[in-house]
Amino acid sequence: MDQNRKVHQFKNPVLNWIEFRLPIISYFKKEYGDYPMPKNCNYFWSFGALATITLITMIVSGIFLAMNYTPHTDMAFDSVERIMRDVNYGWLMRYIHSNGAAFFFIIVYIHIVRAMYFGSYKYPRELNWILGVFIFLLMMATSFLGYTLPWGQMSYWGATVITNLFSAIPIIGEGLKTWLLGDYNVGNATLNRFFALHYVLPFVIFGVVGLHVAAVHVHGSNNPDGIDIKSKNDSVKFFPYMLIKDTIAVCVFGVAISAVIFFGPNLMAEVDNYIPADPLVTPAHIVPNWYLAPFYAILRAVPDKLGGVLLMFGAIAILFVLPWLDRSKVRSCNYRPIYKWFMMAFFVNFFVLGYVGMLPAEGLYLLIARVGLLYYFGFFFIITPFVGWIEKPNKLPLSISDVYSKNIEASLGGGQKEIPSTAMEKDSNL
Amino acid sequence: MAKETDQKKRDFLQLSTVTLGAVGTAAFIWPFIKSMNPAEDTLAAGSTEVDISDIEEGQSITIKWRGKPVFIKKRTPEEIDAAKKVQASDLKDPQDDADRVQKDEWLILVGVCTHLGCVPLGQKVSDMKGEYDGWYCPCHGSHYDTSGRIRKGPAPKNLDVPPYTFLNDTTIKIG
Repeated sequence: MDQNRKVHQFKNPVLNWIEFRLPIISYFKKEYGDYPMPKNCNYFWSFGALATITLITMIVSGIFLAMNYTPHTDMAFDSVERIMRDVNYGWLMRYIHSNGAAFFFIIVYIHIVRAMYFGSYKYPRELNWILGVFIFLLMMATSFLGYTLPWGQMSYWGATVITNLFSAIPIIGEGLKTWLLGDYNVGNATLNRFFALHYVLPFVIFGVVGLHVAAVHVHGSNNPDGIDIKSKNDSVKFFPYMLIKDTIAVCVFGVAISAVIFFGPNLMAEVDNYIPADPLVTPAHIVPNWYLAPFYAILRAVPDKLGGVLLMFGAIAILFVLPWLDRSKVRSCNYRPIYKWFMMAFFVNFFVLGYVGMLPAEGLYLLIARVGLLYYFGFFFIITPFVGWIEKPNKLPLSISDVYSKNIEASLGGGQKEIPSTAMEKDSNL
Repeated sequence: MAKETDQKKRDFLQLSTVTLGAVGTAAFIWPFIKSMNPAEDTLAAGSTEVDISDIEEGQSITIKWRGKPVFIKKRTPEEIDAAKKVQASDLKDPQDDADRVQKDEWLILVGVCTHLGCVPLGQKVSDMKGEYDGWYCPCHGSHYDTSGRIRKGPAPKNLDVPPYTFLNDTTIKIG
């Protein structure tokens, strides 16, 4: 091979020895040391790091739970209760894992909101967005599989309802469902394979996260103003600036999740899941995890089985093409006076869909779900392409450092947005 | 530079190698895919005999067959009348009551909603029975009539009738 390639030189000879054979040290230095971050990034930009840390926490707590869990229909429920009562710190591991899943979704939803509001999905980061949606899909699958494992009533009936979605597919549906379950209904074969897949999928997620991070590092992070880094003045190095900022975010997050784990570990749990699974009795109403509820609301809003299933999966699939539905070249909604409000309404609408998704599908709730469904798809298919076409965006700043000089001027001038230069001169004369 | 004949030979070799590789991979994957289908012992899950002599008119019992609930209901004359009066052509999943029962008073159904697999309510006196006085699925609001046919709601099909035979007047074999 090429003996003449330039090898990075370090003071430490051990590092040099490794670097010559595997240039991993210079790689980390480049990607996590000197990596330029736009200096205007706010705390929204810490949620990627938070999500990575949560993923690692989930994998670690999951491995230790698996050491005490038995994937058999007769023993699964009792083995989880044994973890809670008899295994040393089993309760802590389980509460970290179950609440960690909920917090993982909170973080990832905020991460997605950030990407949508500030237009991070646009050129040249489309593939990055696609990988992200893919991670989101894998997360939903993993959390669904994991929710089945305690083998409570909600586990059993949630698994039944979700796997029955596949039977809506014409011709092959029933066969596909049976193949997925390994039986004609949710049973021991199902529990066994769900456990196997729940164990392996997080590692797949970890791999895709690696690609997701590698992809964002190619063109660099987006920022609240949605403009590119143009000079050295626009950026700061990842180490130590962003690392310190992310560390503070991690500390705040740690306080929040600890408060739930220690003082309200069952706040986000369903009472019915503390009743062992009974194939002969369906709970009065089956509730999905809150983080999947918006999609469940879409499923139930449609009075047709296949139609409901298609729209539910369509609601996720539509995210993949968002970069091409949005015709505006301006990334950040801060500079899009019309789209900004539709975007905020979209987030509120998603929240409302989640709320009605956890209530019975009847009367007013059903009506709200239908209106929400219309806005969800209308936002992507009509508002997003159309507003990008008619809207006149605000003037973008010339550079990121320009934003700062403007902000400083504004604060000097008592909060005014634009100060005539003469006013500035007067100020300096005082 | 490869000659034209040479190029053709190479194209052929490439295509046949890729094809053979694809077929080989598919053959290798097949047993793994097939292994996820129900195993032989699952398929062999047998039949169940039920004593129905204790069931009063209007009463209904639930038994377990192949892991699923099966409803056995002794219908009242009013319920039979209501089921027979309906024109099959008006239904979402058209079927006459006569095609769903062997003896008019005995209605036997797989108690699994054809929408997303919940167990419909209506087996107990205190249960909601829906607008057609049969069964009501609380999960997504499907209403079934006194013949177990879908009348309102998202379910696409009538409740399944399992294979069964009357061994004598008081015993049936399901499966």
